Amino acid sequence: MKLYEQKAYAYFPGCSLATSAKENNKSLLSMTKKLGVDLIQLPDWNCCGSSSTHSINHGLAIDLAGRNLSLVPTNLPLVVACPSCYIRLCQGYYQIKESKELRDKYEEMWNKPFNDDLKIIHLFKLLENMNIKNRIANSKILKDISYVPYYGCMLSKPIDIPKEENYNGTIESVMKSMGAKHVEWSSMQKCCGTFLSVTHPKSITPIVNNIITEAIDSKADCIVTACSMCHLNLEIRCDLGKKLPILHLTELISIALGSKSYKKWFARHLVDPYPLLKEKGVFDDVA
Amino acid sequence: MSENKDKKEKLLVKNQDMSFAKFVNDKSGSDINRCFQCFACSGGCPFSDLMDLNPNVVNRYVQFGLKEEVLTCSTIWICVGCNTCSYNCPQGVNIPAMMDTLRELAIKEGVKIGEPSILTFHNEVINSIEKYGRTHKLEIMMRYKAAEREWFQDMDVGIKMLLKSKLDLGPSKIRNKKDLKKIFKSGSEK
Repeated sequence: MKLYEQKAYAYFPGCSLATSAKENNKSLLSMTKKLGVDLIQLPDWNCCGSSSTHSINHGLAIDLAGRNLSLVPTNLPLVVACPSCYIRLCQGYYQIKESKELRDKYEEMWNKPFNDDLKIIHLFKLLENMNIKNRIANSKILKDISYVPYYGCMLSKPIDIPKEENYNGTIESVMKSMGAKHVEWSSMQKCCGTFLSVTHPKSITPIVNNIITEAIDSKADCIVTACSMCHLNLEIRCDLGKKLPILHLTELISIALGSKSYKKWFARHLVDPYPLLKEKGVFDDVA
Repeated sequence: MSENKDKKEKLLVKNQDMSFAKFVNDKSGSDINRCFQCFACSGGCPFSDLMDLNPNVVNRYVQFGLKEEVLTCSTIWICVGCNTCSYNCPQGVNIPAMMDTLRELAIKEGVKIGEPSILTFHNEVINSIEKYGRTHKLEIMMRYKAAEREWFQDMDVGIKMLLKSKLDLGPSKIRNKKDLKKIFKSGSEK
């Protein structure tokens, strides 16, 4: 089957999208619905293990990823939207695939053969498969908006996943097709601080402030992110007087595709992007 | 933090464990002996200011077999595995994999933990996964702040997040508790 003919995917939301970043999940599902793609949520999925498990208990991290992998129907590729979950599940997959011991353990635990052919793809790959650029090219709804893309570290630097694709450039090309103006900056791949935001908030605030100050100095109207965790850390740890709206890429695509539910998503942002988008005439054509 | 760094400059090399570098290499799957101390890792590290040893120094200490110094440093806990160092490294050393190995070894050997608050946090996350199968952020945050006796730190952020429904009061849970038990039983055997 050709990629663009693939209309159904298994889908792993992960804890962030299921709770603190529900707006990302909702805009994502609204987007795929408009595109005619079926995302079938993994039944009873569990946490991918997150950086904590991976940091102190390698074996547990593999088993947590393993159960999720065992839930994927054999004929479907698995889509993951959270860059951190994506990396954890990919690492689990490759480690089990390459180790006889781990494979035997997996097959005994989940009572099914390990699927060597499983494809785990990040949401950005799905956008590519769907030819998203052409699907939204007619709606130049962001023509008066300038933005900086923020990938964070997980998506741009997946070092121990073999032959992993690099998704740098996806935000820019999708935003370009919606007419937005890309502004160059140097914080595109900087780490948001992840869990240090909880354990060392006083040290992470200046790091986040620097990222946002740089975006402000580069004259961008907003920051567009790929990662829910980055989104949260940038919002809660910035204590600057001037704040920039931070948008999930899926929210903007959904609006371009004609979704009207954006008010519910924006209500969950600490910095409301609505006034900016309204002022720039984003809703003139779609409202 | 820089005070600590200055103190560590005059180091007496003693109690070397000459098998240590080999152990770290085998366990992390990356050859740390390739490091030629170019400083690219520490120069790019976003969090090196919080660390008592710079990442390149940790690497050097591992090469020297200074096991105790390395296992008790704060660096291995501050490192979040953002991979900035390994992308900068001209010798292709997977530094975060080395940090993972050292962290697990520090716990196993029962040494004094260089940054105990971070271990507390990781344990709270894992407790939450063991209980619900997913992470319950509000409970993790509250239990963490209580354990650290930082009752009022981040109260404002917590309230903001609650008002925006960013923190759910109840956990999102998995139904299959049997699978969860199986995973945690298997993990504890290791």
